[in-house]
Amino acid sequence: MLADRDRIFTNLYGFQSPGLKAAQMRGAWDGTKHLLDRGKDWIISEMKASGLRGRGGAGFPTGLKWSFMPKPDPARPSYLVVNADESEPGTCKDREIMRNDPHLLVEGCMIASFAMGAHACYIYVRGEYIHERERLQAAVDEAYEAKLIGKDNVHGWPFDLYVHHGAGAYICGEETALLESLEGKKGMPRMKPPFPANMGLYGCPTTVNNVESIAVAPTILRRGASWFSSFGAPNNVGTKLFCVSGHVNTPCNVEEAMSIPFRELIDRHCGGIRGGWDNLLAVIPGGSSVRCVPAEQIIDCPMDFDSLSKLKSGLGTAAVIVMDKSTDIIRAIARLSYFYKHESCGQCTPCREGTGWMWRVMERMVEGRAQKREIDMLLDVSKQIEGHTICALGDAAAWPIQGLITHFRGEIEKRIDQYAANPHSDPVRIAAE
Amino acid sequence: MTKINIDGKELDVPAEYTLLQACEEAGAEVPRFCYHERLSIAGNCRMCLVEVKGGPPKPTASCAMAVRDLRPGPNGEAPVVLTNSPMARKARAGVMEFLLINHPLDCPICDQGGECDLQDQAMAYGVDSSRYHENKRAVEDKYLGPLVKTSMNRCIHCTRCVRFTAEVAGTGDMGAIGRGEDMEITTYLETAMGSELQGNVADLCPVGALLPKPQSFRARPWELAKTQSIDVMDALGSNIRVDSRGREVIRILPRVNDAVNEEWISDKTRQIVDGLKTQRLDRPYLRKNGRLTPVSWNEAFAAIAAKVKAASPGKIGAIAGDLASVEDMFALQSLMQALGSPNLDCRQDGSRLDPKYGRASYLFNATVAGIDEADSLLIVGSNPRKEAPVLNARIRKRWLRGDFAVGLIGQQADLTYSYKYMGAGPDSLDPQTCKPPEGSKKPMLILGAGALARPDGAAVLARALEVAKAAGAITPEWNGFCVLHTAASRVGGLDLGFVPGEGGLDATAMAKGGVDVLFNLGADEIDIAPGAFVIYQGTHGDRGAHRADVILPGAAYVEKSGTYVNTEGRVQMADRASFPPGDAREDWAVLRALSDVLGKRLPFDTLNALRAALYKAHPHFAALDLIQKGSLGDIPAGSPDKTAFVNAIDDFYLTNPIARASAVMAECSALAKGRVAQAAE
Repeated sequence: MLADRDRIFTNLYGFQSPGLKAAQMRGAWDGTKHLLDRGKDWIISEMKASGLRGRGGAGFPTGLKWSFMPKPDPARPSYLVVNADESEPGTCKDREIMRNDPHLLVEGCMIASFAMGAHACYIYVRGEYIHERERLQAAVDEAYEAKLIGKDNVHGWPFDLYVHHGAGAYICGEETALLESLEGKKGMPRMKPPFPANMGLYGCPTTVNNVESIAVAPTILRRGASWFSSFGAPNNVGTKLFCVSGHVNTPCNVEEAMSIPFRELIDRHCGGIRGGWDNLLAVIPGGSSVRCVPAEQIIDCPMDFDSLSKLKSGLGTAAVIVMDKSTDIIRAIARLSYFYKHESCGQCTPCREGTGWMWRVMERMVEGRAQKREIDMLLDVSKQIEGHTICALGDAAAWPIQGLITHFRGEIEKRIDQYAANPHSDPVRIAAE
Repeated sequence: MTKINIDGKELDVPAEYTLLQACEEAGAEVPRFCYHERLSIAGNCRMCLVEVKGGPPKPTASCAMAVRDLRPGPNGEAPVVLTNSPMARKARAGVMEFLLINHPLDCPICDQGGECDLQDQAMAYGVDSSRYHENKRAVEDKYLGPLVKTSMNRCIHCTRCVRFTAEVAGTGDMGAIGRGEDMEITTYLETAMGSELQGNVADLCPVGALLPKPQSFRARPWELAKTQSIDVMDALGSNIRVDSRGREVIRILPRVNDAVNEEWISDKTRQIVDGLKTQRLDRPYLRKNGRLTPVSWNEAFAAIAAKVKAASPGKIGAIAGDLASVEDMFALQSLMQALGSPNLDCRQDGSRLDPKYGRASYLFNATVAGIDEADSLLIVGSNPRKEAPVLNARIRKRWLRGDFAVGLIGQQADLTYSYKYMGAGPDSLDPQTCKPPEGSKKPMLILGAGALARPDGAAVLARALEVAKAAGAITPEWNGFCVLHTAASRVGGLDLGFVPGEGGLDATAMAKGGVDVLFNLGADEIDIAPGAFVIYQGTHGDRGAHRADVILPGAAYVEKSGTYVNTEGRVQMADRASFPPGDAREDWAVLRALSDVLGKRLPFDTLNALRAALYKAHPHFAALDLIQKGSLGDIPAGSPDKTAFVNAIDDFYLTNPIARASAVMAECSALAKGRVAQAAE
């Protein structure tokens, strides 16, 4: 178990004030100037050495991402954009950071911008996060007041920080759609290449990072890369916020070492599975976009990027959704299908047309009103979406269904048999909207 | 140049090429819906997916991936692209299936049938049965104005129309609302589109979602005879294709000509079609007791002969209108020469351009394609958006590329690009103040008809040339002095020398009563004072016919083969698509027959003989599709007065007799007026 002294987010539960004073008491803004004085290259190499992988879901090494930024060019300023559009179902880690420890994020923005040669940073906050935005804005105002950031701050790196409020679209959490939205356009993902590091916000070099990736950076630099990399398995190091929800006795957000086995995570922090370990049906380990994993595979699996991807799932945002045997897993996945159908931006064909198709078939499968051959058709349709779209929303819509069919095909077939065994009048068809 | 291997064929392509272009180069066919050469890349239809070896194990959208972004193989081999591998085929079939699940199966009643990209590509890349058993999506149709009909169930969301209005037309009328499968293409408030180029969205639409409204349910594309022709609605000479069934012209579509209209045409060019059928003059008329009465050709000719023989040659005159072909004007010119009259004019608007100042004084010397090279522009007395909308789109295209300063002297208007307003009248036209920005190597000056069709037009012309010379717009390599005409016949007429001879009267003087007998070859934009005996030869019962004493019915531009010279001086020939109605005949033939009655038989019996005579007199008319560069003569400098320039065209939709006969144009005109009134409130 992670010792309290090794926690980065020491006010995760909001027991103390999120204000500047209290944050400084907890260690924020301590020696920031000293860190900046050691130079960009040191910061980036330290971040690389720490082995921090992006906390937004894809797990791309953060230090490496920072090093992709081109050399400063007066005609094309660099930007840091922080992705606080946390909308993945099950995920609520950035929410707690912005609510209770916003100064870690503000300080992280300062340091990361310095490392990338950016003088301006935008934090794109999810539309529904109103309270969080207020807290964050208050922290930014405090930091300006205390001259920690701003045009002429005590750190000697002119730096402006803007908090931007989204309008509540899931797709704006995709980095290029976020940039479009930030520019005032419709939030639709751009094609890559060119990547944001070359052509990002307003056509200028931009790095888009998750809130957690940025917020942990100051502490990593203060305590050293080796401290951070001492947690977890190789290539999956550090501490991580887990958001455990669903059928556990005490759902919670908790900072833990990476690679903690699933059983330990649940037993220590969540009071065990509701009804005991035998009652566990399946777990979605990384937010709604990854494939679910059945109980027997997940119980002793280390919770990290590589172990979970071996199970054809993923750590994602570490939003662990636990489902016990009372769950109608087909209904659960159908609800996720509806979510993706609802949040598809409509730009490219497979996702626009396919998500609705999959949802409609899933809805029938919930009742069992389907043919068994349609299971394979559904799998095929999901494969036609996966990898054929501009952004990863198509993949994210396909994976939960693929996970369901891989692990719970028997469940679907049973439902179909049950439906077929009972007499039904023809259902009234619902018009497509 | 970069090496790339496409379907086993290795070739060298420029690094900035997209994979789609490279595949085309290699002769590999890649299907597409959203990609269009003249629009920005959207990459959203996903139909052009190909397999790229060595990349991530998923297909790549070839329209959006540049060749330079591909990584070479481990030993430096050229990157390998497969357009027909199992992965690419499966991906295309999948996308096609997705496109079709919500596409209605109404091809039998869809006007796009037969020329539908979705239909064609479904045949080539689709599967033969459907696995989709849910209900199809229903989308409400949108009102987009009188020119474009919608059937939004069919929309595949390629966004070509959105990109066209945003980029080419510059009005940004269209957009998408909603998201996911609820995304709908619309004009937001369902107002009519405000662009003069909106008809092109129906051409761009790869399916039957946007269709030309006036042609709804009229014809199938395969029943139409296709004729190559030239547009006469403005002086640009857009290349068009006239589709007709039997004697009836059904529709007009653009032809691709990068030097002139790329592949756009204006709405007037496209939707004039119904005007060709209404208000037509189909038999000769003679005014008897103040009323026009139908008569035979012989009777009409006899009446003319009586009047002509009674008049002295100096009291006979001829005015050629805006839509006349070079052949018609040549025939009339020959007839007038035979009659010994010096009173000729092809400038019914009173323009002061004259061939004696040299051909370069009345051409769009920079050429339309030259706009792409220009680096600054001064517009004088013109609203190109109304006078030549397609040319205006070309200017906008150049402006979008950046580093292009535009100045305007004359009436202010929304030109779809920003400009610096520099004054209202000739006094702002000053070589000192009208300097292009520092470092401008190819400045351009567009002189509109509004600046020339006024009594001091010659002085304005001289002043404008002075400005152009001072700006460095006229050098041996580059001539940026451009006259933008508004009439299709004007340059041809000036080339022919269809202007007053020694001591002859110009159009204004003739119209004011300077002649006793006036041949009016389709000039409807000029008021002819009472008194003269007017022979109106034209197509429509419009202003000219009302004033006429004899009406000789002629052929409209799609009903004859004719030569037109556009504002650049490009000689283009139109083919005949249809036949004149009733007793109407081609105008040169009417004049030839009349000359016989007048005892001055013209020396040609066929159109070919006429052309032979024409080419002998003016060899450059034989060089079709080419521009003969002109020289610049001496223009007497004068002092223009201070009156502000007034643009030549007020109502874009009603500039000629054919347009005024068209109900569609009338509706467009009313809508445009409404928009102006609304904006003024």
